[in-house]
Amino acid sequence: MTFEEIKSRLKNYTVGIAGAGGLGSNCAVALARVGVGKIVISDFDVVNESNLNRQYFFRDQLGEKKVIALKNTIKRIDPEIDIVEYDIKLNENNIVDIYKDCKIIVEAFDLAEMKQMLIETCLTEFPEKPIIIGSGMAGYGESNSINVRQSENLYICGDEKSEVSDDTPPLAPRVGVVANMQANTVLEILLGME
Amino acid sequence: MNITLNNRPESFDKNQITISELLKIKNFTFKMLVIKVNSELVKKDSYDNSLVKDGDNVTVLHLISGG
Repeated sequence: MTFEEIKSRLKNYTVGIAGAGGLGSNCAVALARVGVGKIVISDFDVVNESNLNRQYFFRDQLGEKKVIALKNTIKRIDPEIDIVEYDIKLNENNIVDIYKDCKIIVEAFDLAEMKQMLIETCLTEFPEKPIIIGSGMAGYGESNSINVRQSENLYICGDEKSEVSDDTPPLAPRVGVVANMQANTVLEILLGME
Repeated sequence: MNITLNNRPESFDKNQITISELLKIKNFTFKMLVIKVNSELVKKDSYDNSLVKDGDNVTVLHLISGG
């Protein structure tokens, strides 16, 4: 497929992203650059100094709501992309309303509890929707330990072992690998659909 | 009984065990898990009473903080 063909197909799809941190911001930008037509993204946080080591935000956006800052950045890449942003903390109830019209949902939270909550909610409420999760990306190096594992409609991107700690912080390269792997999995699914 | 756990064959002495027992026997120490038995999600509040039986296909996924 040429890029024009890819872009014209992706423009018809809506992809949901749950969280606009390291995974969500980088994944959203990758999906926007290739032309996904509509992106639904939720986060309650504001841009902090500590986010700049891996998240797709800029120093002049410190203090801004993440979803607003990300929307503005994506509009600078492609003003045609429809961004629907929710400045909200996601839970079992609001996830259903916010993401019900998305073809695919990308899990992009930081905390394992939130990841679990989203997966259990989506597998229960949207058993037919592919869910792309990120799990295990702390530290640096060991690129070859990061991969995609599929279990029916659930796709797990990451090394599934490296936990964030003081000595293994989340950093741009590995978080970016996983975020882009999630975006790549989204493309693979969308472009494989007829 | 014989089951498949994360795509590997496993044998147990009993005819059936709960998910909680399975996690203990197999030393799953991470707190945040997603578990599927024969493609069906088992929610965390039913690990104590949900049973694994001969021939079941069990997927245990660790969720790790970071993102």
